[in-house]
Order: sequence, then structure tokens, then C-alpha cells
Amino acid sequence: MRAARLQHRTGILWIAALVHRLAGLALAIFLPLHFLTLGLAIDGEARLNSFLRWTDAPLVKLSEAALVFLLLVHMLGGLRLLVVENLEWHDGQKQLATLAAAVSAVLAFILLVRAL
Amino acid sequence: MSLRLYIWQRLTAALMAPLVLVHVAVIFYASRKGLSAADILGRTRGSIVWASFYGAFVAAVAIHASIGLRNVLIEWSPVGERPAAMFSIAFGLLLIVLGLRAVAAVVLP
Repeated sequence: MRAARLQHRTGILWIAALVHRLAGLALAIFLPLHFLTLGLAIDGEARLNSFLRWTDAPLVKLSEAALVFLLLVHMLGGLRLLVVENLEWHDGQKQLATLAAAVSAVLAFILLVRAL
Repeated sequence: MSLRLYIWQRLTAALMAPLVLVHVAVIFYASRKGLSAADILGRTRGSIVWASFYGAFVAAVAIHASIGLRNVLIEWSPVGERPAAMFSIAFGLLLIVLGLRAVAAVVLP
């Protein structure tokens, strides 16, 4: 009974909705920190510069690439939703959701390789 | 979610889609090795274009994120609609204040 009720949770579009929500939450948590660090420039270039040198660390670069993945997957997944809600229905939504995740992952990976 | 909030969330989403693309392009550009604060600020300070771009981005994201947070709190946490609404409004205001401060920090000459 319980397994039957949870069966939809293995569907690609259910996972896409979960990824969209979790990515949005993660971005919302990150944004205030992002704004605070950019605000360091108010105290002059030196403070922002020392922060930028900290971001050269490989682990920080990895986190940046992960954030770019979250931003892209949230944006592309959101665009798919806007199209579904406002335009005529088209089949292939599972493929589109998968493509959105794949494009986001590839771009984030390219960013990581360029930055390292 | 009320119709009014639904429309605001979708409108801000549609507005932000092209802004996100440009922002990601900026991230790719800025992620070049050894880019200093002077390099970045030299391009942004005094620029009305960057001030307008990121000013609009901050306003849209503050609205979009606070409505999204309200929905998540209502659906995934035991808090009621009223506390969720109050918390999300406070979060939106925090994003506006910190976001506009960050924009000012990088664009004011």
C-alpha cells in the first residue's frame, strides 16, 4: 500500500520538481552570503581582493561550479514549467527535464575546468 | 498560493531567465585565473548599465525567492500561513537591502 503511494516518486518529472525546489532553497540560502561578500567592496578593493584570493582554493571553485549548476538547473527547469503552463502542451517533458539537468551539469563542469 | 503571488512569481521568473543567462556569462568571464578586485570594479564602477541590470536582478530575485520560500515553509514545515508569510516578507526585505548594498558597492564610483 505504502509502496504504491510512493511509486510516483521514482518518476523523472517528480525528481525534476524536487530538484527545482531544493535548488531554489539552496540558492535562497546562498544569496545573502553572496551579497554580503560583494558588499565588501564598500570598504575598498583590498577587502574584496583578499576574499577573491580565498576563492582561488580548489574546494571553493568546486562549490562555485555546484552553485552554477543549481542556478542553471533552477532556471532551465523553471523555463520548462513556464512553457508548460502558458503554451500548448508538448510531449517529451521527461526528456526536456533530463536535458535541462544535463546542460546545467556540462556548463558547470566546463566552468570548473576553466577555473582550476 | 494566491493568484496574486502566483503571477508575481511567474513574472519575476520570466524576467530573470535572460538575466541569469547574462549573469552566468559574467561568471564565466570573471572566473578566469587571477582576476583581481580592481579588474572587476574597473569594469563595473560608474556603469549605469550594470547598475540597472543588477538592480533589476536584485528586485526580481527578492520577490521570487520570498514567494518560493513562503510556499516551501507552508508545504514542508509545521508553521502556519501567517508566520510563513511574515518570515518570507522579512527574508525578501533582507535580500533587497543586502542586494542593493552589494550593487552599490560594485557600481558606485
